[in-house]
Amino acid sequence: MNGGTLELNALDWGILAFYFGIVVVIGVLARRAVATSSDFFLSGRSLPAWITGLAFVSANLGALEILGNAANGAEYGVAAVHFYWLGAIPAMVVLGVVLMPFYYDTGVHSVPEYLRRRFNAPTHFLNALIFAIAQVLIAGVNLFALALVIRSLLGWQLWISIVVSAAFVLTYITLGGLFSAIYTEVLQFFIILAGLLPIVVIGLHQVGGFDGLYDRIGDPALFRTWEGTAAGSWSNPLGDWIGLAMGEGFVLSFGYWATNFAEVQRTLSAKDLSAARRTPIIGAFPKMFFPLLTIVPGMIALVLVPRLGAEGGPSYNDAIPELMGRLLPNGVLGVALTGLLAAFMAGMAANVSGFNAVFTYDLWKPYVVRGRSDGYYLKVGRVVTAAGIAASVGTAFIAAGYSNIQDYIQLLFSYFNSPLFATFIIGLFWKRTTPWAAFWGIITGTAAAAIAHNAAYSIPYFYPGGVLDPTGESINAQMVNFYSAIAAFLVDAVVMVLVSLVTKPRPDAELTGLVWALRDRAPRPAEVWWRSPVVLGALALAVVVAMSVGLVLIY
Amino acid sequence: MPKRRIFDLRVLIGAVFAIYGVALGVAGLLDDPASLAKAGGLPINLWTGLGMLALGVFFLLWARFGRDEGRPEETPDD
Repeated sequence: MNGGTLELNALDWGILAFYFGIVVVIGVLARRAVATSSDFFLSGRSLPAWITGLAFVSANLGALEILGNAANGAEYGVAAVHFYWLGAIPAMVVLGVVLMPFYYDTGVHSVPEYLRRRFNAPTHFLNALIFAIAQVLIAGVNLFALALVIRSLLGWQLWISIVVSAAFVLTYITLGGLFSAIYTEVLQFFIILAGLLPIVVIGLHQVGGFDGLYDRIGDPALFRTWEGTAAGSWSNPLGDWIGLAMGEGFVLSFGYWATNFAEVQRTLSAKDLSAARRTPIIGAFPKMFFPLLTIVPGMIALVLVPRLGAEGGPSYNDAIPELMGRLLPNGVLGVALTGLLAAFMAGMAANVSGFNAVFTYDLWKPYVVRGRSDGYYLKVGRVVTAAGIAASVGTAFIAAGYSNIQDYIQLLFSYFNSPLFATFIIGLFWKRTTPWAAFWGIITGTAAAAIAHNAAYSIPYFYPGGVLDPTGESINAQMVNFYSAIAAFLVDAVVMVLVSLVTKPRPDAELTGLVWALRDRAPRPAEVWWRSPVVLGALALAVVVAMSVGLVLIY
Repeated sequence: MPKRRIFDLRVLIGAVFAIYGVALGVAGLLDDPASLAKAGGLPINLWTGLGMLALGVFFLLWARFGRDEGRPEETPDD
């Protein structure tokens, strides 16, 4: 066990071992609260909003997200805040303020079930199947990425880290279900803060604060957020404003935050509608300040880590691990390592807990073995959890065989989220949308994303300066991703309208509470202002707008 | 079957952070010059330890004196 870059001492190992012990304790204690399948898959709709809110943001805070956004900070500079302020906060607020009643009040247990009630069984089956497969693949990619980080930091073999971390996730999810996942996510949220903050504090101290960072990076382009996004002649590292605002800010972010069940599941475990609506908004407040903990260290690494991102040097993804090794003394080093590993496990646990709920409730129960007792489905849920984790260990080893399969899989699932969001939102606001329109919309939208993504490589506009590069290497990959999402949305929308015009809609009586025109109009009980989703949501948006304007003015 | 209650999450977070905070704080007081130099002269273990301890104490006080909102609610219809 040597060859790693970190020099750990007994205190670091103690901090790490203590956390893993606590996670198992959470699983064992949470098991006592699980009596029914609803407890296991939905936490029995009983949790207060501060817990579901922190779990909501934490489920997204996998280490791929942390390392990836530090890499974005190093590569694209301050413009990477768009992934937070444009790509997350508005969607989280809209989910809480506008969309949540359609999930929570209708009593659906999952996003696929919403599709079944709003559209038909084929759409439900299609979405549930895609989601289940996607979650196992993403969990596998998470495991593989974890093993890579552990190998470089500690020198462990890939298979040891894969099997050990899978075993821990298996233990606490099989025992306590969603309770375990959510409790661990909230604890992990604070551990990650405690691990990342020291890196930022020491890093800023070393480079001489934000002014020192600006001077020592010496490239004003890396401090621009909206400059250079003019359509037709972009020079911003993230492309033009159409792709940014419509692709990232609208289709991709809403697809992820509002229709991805791994996220929505956290809101559905809240104790009442008010708590469910506040869940994503409470999550939005810490989320909007996370650029400080990811993008800023990425930029600090540009100064402090020689040859970062250069040929033969460490890759941008190594920004945070490199800083850990250089800046953190033993003690906080153990906390940071624990935070990183906790983030990997929680990211995987979110995938697994979404997977087992959809597999059991949306595939096994309606299509394979119907009408058995609740205890039977609870047992199925536990077995499926184990099977899902075993499968993701398998996909982790497949991922290990391909150097860039991770990017590819992430991309593939952004293909699936974009049409799903288009189908969801059009079906919600246009009552005439028919069941078969949803089905064909999802299929053609997914195909459109794939075609657009491939076609972009032969369109000069997607290359810096508008010059086609036959190797495709210099293409603006983020911009391609944004435009593919827009293509998926538009094709899905057009197909849905056309199919709706020639097929039969469902009668109004079956759509009560599921579409905007037939929403529940009863006045909601008044709440003190600091518990009102509308007030909190407006506050979150106001803070983000103020910070965005501030960045443009300062740099 | 009567539902057994799960523990209060605030107590768990409070205990974990208090323990980590004390451990880091003590380590920070004993840090040798090499550790301090690595962090650019900042007593980062001590600061982080105090911060974690403060967060832990906050959660424990909230659990002790606040309302019962640190765990799932009892649902009578279950």
